[in-house]
Amino acid sequence: MLLRHTPKEIKERSTLNINPAKTCQPIGAMYAGLGISGCLPHSHGSQGCCAYHRSMMTRHYKEPISAATSSFTEGASVFGGQANLVQAINNIFTVYEPEVIAVHTTCLSETIGDDLKQIVTKADKEGKIPEGKSVIYASTPSYVGSHVTGFSNMVKGMVSCLSEATGKKNGKVNIIPGWVEPSDMEEIKRLADLIGVGHILFPDTSGVLNGPLTGEYTMFPEGGTSVADLKSTGDSMGTLALGQWASTDAARLLDTMHKVPCKVLDLPIGLKATDRFIDALRIIGGVNVSDAVTFERGQLLDIISDYAQYIHGKKVALVGDPDQLIALTEFLVTLGMHPVHIITGTPGKKFVKRIKEITKDLPCEVNVKAAGDMFLLHQWIKNEPVDLIMGNSYCKYIARDEDIPYVRYGFPIVDRVGHQYFASVGYKGAMRLLEKILDQILSRKDRDEPEESFELVY
Amino acid sequence: MSVANKKPLDAAAVKEELLNKYPPKVARKRAKQITINKVEEGQADEVMANVRTIPGIITMRGCTYAGCKGVILGPTRDIVNITHGPIGCGFYSWLTRRNQTRPETDAHENFIPYAMSTDMQDQDIIFGGEKKLAAAIQEAYDTFHPKAIAVFSTCPVGLIGDDVHAVARQMKEKLGINVFAFSCEGYKGVSQSAGHHIANNQIFTHVVGENDAPKPGEYKINLLGEYNIGGDGFEIDRILQKCGITSISTFSGNSTYDQFASAHTADLNAVMCHRSINYVAEMMETKYGIPWIKINFIGAEATAKSLRKIAQYFGDKKLIDRVEEVIAEELPAVKAALDAVFPVTKGKKAMLFVGGSRAHHYQELFSEMGMKTISAGYEFAHRDDYEGRRVIPDIKLDADSRNIEELDITQDETRFRPRKSEAELKQLAEEGFEFKNYEGLMPDMDNDTLVIDDLNQYEADKLVEIYKPDIFCAGIKEKFSIQKMGIPMKQLHSYDSGGPYAGFQGAINFYKEIGRLVTTSVWANLKAPWEENPELSATYVWE
Repeated sequence: MLLRHTPKEIKERSTLNINPAKTCQPIGAMYAGLGISGCLPHSHGSQGCCAYHRSMMTRHYKEPISAATSSFTEGASVFGGQANLVQAINNIFTVYEPEVIAVHTTCLSETIGDDLKQIVTKADKEGKIPEGKSVIYASTPSYVGSHVTGFSNMVKGMVSCLSEATGKKNGKVNIIPGWVEPSDMEEIKRLADLIGVGHILFPDTSGVLNGPLTGEYTMFPEGGTSVADLKSTGDSMGTLALGQWASTDAARLLDTMHKVPCKVLDLPIGLKATDRFIDALRIIGGVNVSDAVTFERGQLLDIISDYAQYIHGKKVALVGDPDQLIALTEFLVTLGMHPVHIITGTPGKKFVKRIKEITKDLPCEVNVKAAGDMFLLHQWIKNEPVDLIMGNSYCKYIARDEDIPYVRYGFPIVDRVGHQYFASVGYKGAMRLLEKILDQILSRKDRDEPEESFELVY
Repeated sequence: MSVANKKPLDAAAVKEELLNKYPPKVARKRAKQITINKVEEGQADEVMANVRTIPGIITMRGCTYAGCKGVILGPTRDIVNITHGPIGCGFYSWLTRRNQTRPETDAHENFIPYAMSTDMQDQDIIFGGEKKLAAAIQEAYDTFHPKAIAVFSTCPVGLIGDDVHAVARQMKEKLGINVFAFSCEGYKGVSQSAGHHIANNQIFTHVVGENDAPKPGEYKINLLGEYNIGGDGFEIDRILQKCGITSISTFSGNSTYDQFASAHTADLNAVMCHRSINYVAEMMETKYGIPWIKINFIGAEATAKSLRKIAQYFGDKKLIDRVEEVIAEELPAVKAALDAVFPVTKGKKAMLFVGGSRAHHYQELFSEMGMKTISAGYEFAHRDDYEGRRVIPDIKLDADSRNIEELDITQDETRFRPRKSEAELKQLAEEGFEFKNYEGLMPDMDNDTLVIDDLNQYEADKLVEIYKPDIFCAGIKEKFSIQKMGIPMKQLHSYDSGGPYAGFQGAINFYKEIGRLVTTSVWANLKAPWEENPELSATYVWE
C-alpha cells in the first residue's frame, strides 16, 4: 500500500493538513497572467515560490512557463522589497521585452507589508516602465484562500489596472472563463463564435500553454488576451463570469468601475451548466443559437441515452476546485451517478450549500467538505467505497491502494496528456468527460466480469 | 545573431553576445559569473558563484526551503515531515523529486507519499503560529505514531518570529520521540544551497550519533550526497554489496532515521555531491574521526575508479581483489552498450547546467560516449565546486552566507576514534591517495569553453541559438523552451522518467537514453512539406 498509514478511523483534525486539496494563491495569479498577450508574470517574493510554480505548471502543461521573481534575500525581507521590484521591472523590460508584467505578491512580501501600487508607481515615475507598456498587479497572500483565490485576484487586477470606459460601447460581451485549461478557453471562444456573439475572453491561455513544436521558441507565443482588449472590457455590453470562486470578483469590479452589468454562472461543464451558459450568451448577445450548437447538444444526449445503464447509480468520489466540482457534481447527477464524497481544499461555506442543493434528491448520503484535504477523502472512501474517483494526479495513490477506477480531472495533472488540448467544457467537453468515465467503468467491468458474463458488446 | 554565423565560435565573442542586452549593472555582475575556462597547471581562473540572483532575471534556482525539505530530507522515508507555513510550499514539495525508496516490507514506515502542513492562515500570521504548530505535531503523532517528526519553516515563519525550535523541544519532551526543526525560510542564502547547509547542521545535531549499537558487516562506509533519483542509490548499493562493502547510511537516498542515527559508526565517508553534503562529512570527521573522500559513481570508469579508491582506503587485499572481480564482471555489458551507441553519439556536443555536482559528474558519461561538453555550469554551487577546494580559504564570506549558521564542532570525548594510524595515513599519502579533496569542474573542462554560474533563461536560449548543441541538460523549468527550438533536452535533476544512471547499469541506461534522444525522428519532422516547399505548382497532375 502506498498510503499505508492512512487509517480507516476518522479523527477530527483542526490544525494539520495532510495531502492538501489546494495550493497557494500565487500560482493562480501566475496562471492568470500567462493568459495576457505578451505578459511576463512576476512573483514578488523569494525565488523559490516562482521556481515551484513554474515547475508545477511545466509538469502540468509540458510547455515552457516563463515568469520572473524579485529574488528576495534576508535583507529585502527585513527592509522591504521595493528596490528588488523596481530593479526587476527595469531588467525585465530591458531583457525580455514583454508588453505587460503581471506582478503578484507572496506570503513573504505580504507579511512585510510591501505595497505594490506604491512600488509600481515609483517605478513608473523613475521611467522604468517604457512608453506603451504596462505593469499590472494583484495582492495574493498565500495564507488566505487558495490557488483559485489567487487566480481570481489577478483577473481582478487586470480589470483594476487596465480596464477603461470610453463612453462608447464596443458591442462585445466579456467572458471570464475561470481557471480552466487552455483547451477549455478555446472551446468557450468557439461556442461564442458559433453563436455569433462578439466577445472578449480574459484571461486566455489558449495558444500560450498548448502551443506547437516548430523548431522555434518564443517567450511570448501568439495567444492571450491583448492589452487593448483588456482596456476595452469597460466598454462591453456585459460580463459573463464563469465560476463563482474564480471569476465573480473581476466581473463585479467591472460593474462597479464602469457600470458593465454582469451575470455569474457555473462553469459550463456538463449538460445543464452548458445549457445555462449558451442561453445566457444568446440572451445577452440578442442572437439565435446556431443549429451547430444544438446539434452538439443532441450528440451528448445521444451518448447519455446509449450508455447510461453502465454508470447509473455508480458512486463517485471527487476532489478539486469548487467551481469545477459544482458543475461536475451536477453533471454526474444528470448522468444518474452518485457523487458521494466531495472535497475541495478551497474554503467557502457556499460550496457545501451548493453541493447539498445539487445532490438533494440522491437516494444516498453525500459527504461534502470545503477546506478539506485528500487524506480525509481517502478515509471517507475507506469507510464508504466508491466505483470511481475523479481528481488530480495525486489521486492515483488512492486509486491504486483501493483498486478503484479513476479519471484524471483538475489541477495538476502531471502524468497524462490531454487536458491541454481537449476541452472538458461545453457539450463536446461533456462528451469527452463521459467517454473517459465510461472507459474507466467499462474497462473495470471487462477486467472483473466472470467468463460467462464477459461480453463483447456494450 | 552575428556570432552565430562565424566559425569557429570565439568564446569571448559569445560572452559579449550574452551580455550585450543587459542593463550595465546586470552585465557587470554576469560578466564575473560567465568565465572563459583557462586552466593552467590545474588551477582555474576565478568564477563568481554563490552570489545573489538578480531580481527580474529568470533564474533556474530555487530556495532554501526546497534545498532543505525537498533535497536533503525529502528522500528519508520514516520521518514525518511537517511544513510550517501557508499551504503552497508543502504542496509543491510533495512527491515531485523522484526520490525512490524501498521500505523493507509493507509493514515498514514510508511517509514519502504524504504532504503535511500547518496550512497557516491570516490569523496565524497576525497572532503567531507556535500554538498551531504544537497542535499539528500532536495531531501528526496521534495519527501516525512515527519515531521522529521534523518541522520545516517557510518564509513568513521567520518574519513573524515563531520559535520553531522551542516548539520542537517542548513536543519532543511531551511525546518522547525525536522532534526537531529547521529554520529553512526560503529567503535565506541565495539559493537552495543554504538549505542543504541548514539541513546538514540539524541532522548532524539532532540525529547523527543517536544509535551507538554496532552494525554488522565489513568495510563500513556512509555514502553522502546521493539522493536515489530514479534509483541511482539502488544501483550503487547493488554494486557495493557485490563488492562486500557495507553501507551504514546514505545521505539521503532510500534512507531511514536509523541510518542517520548510526552514521557515526562508519569508517569512511564517501562523498558524491560535494556541494550539498560536504558539511556533514567535515563535521563527522571533526567529531568522530571519520575521514572523507570524494568519489563519483556517475560514469562506468568513474565508478570503477571510486570502488578502487574505497578498496585502497581499507587496504585489505580481499576487498581490493573483490573490487577488481566485480569491475571485470560488470564492464563487458557496459562496453557492449557503449559500442552500440558510440557511432551515433561520437562527436556530438552537450551542454550541462545543473545542480552543484551533476554538471561535472555527467561529463564523465558524455565523454565515454565520445561527446564533448562545450559549455557547463552549476545552478547553486560555490567557487570550490568550480575551482576546487584549494580556493576555500580565499572565499569571502558575504552577508548572505554569514546568516547561515556554522556549527562549532569539537571532538566527541568518548566516541572519537581515528580510523587510520599516522603510519597508515603516511602510507596512503605516498600511494597518492587523497583525502577530502575535490578538484572541481573547471580543471576537467577544455580551455576556452564557457563556464557559467547561475545560467538564466535568456542566456540558455542564446547559447542554444549560437552553439546548437546536440543535447542540453538542465531541469524541468528549462526543458520545454529548449525543446521548442528542436534540441533534445535531458533533465539531470529528475532524469525525466529515466534512471538509474549511476553505477554500471546506470551507465548502460544513460548511453541508451542519450542514443535515443540524439537519433529520435521527431526533430526531423519539424517542418511540414508545405513549409519546406512553399511554392505553389501551377497545376495538379492527378495520378
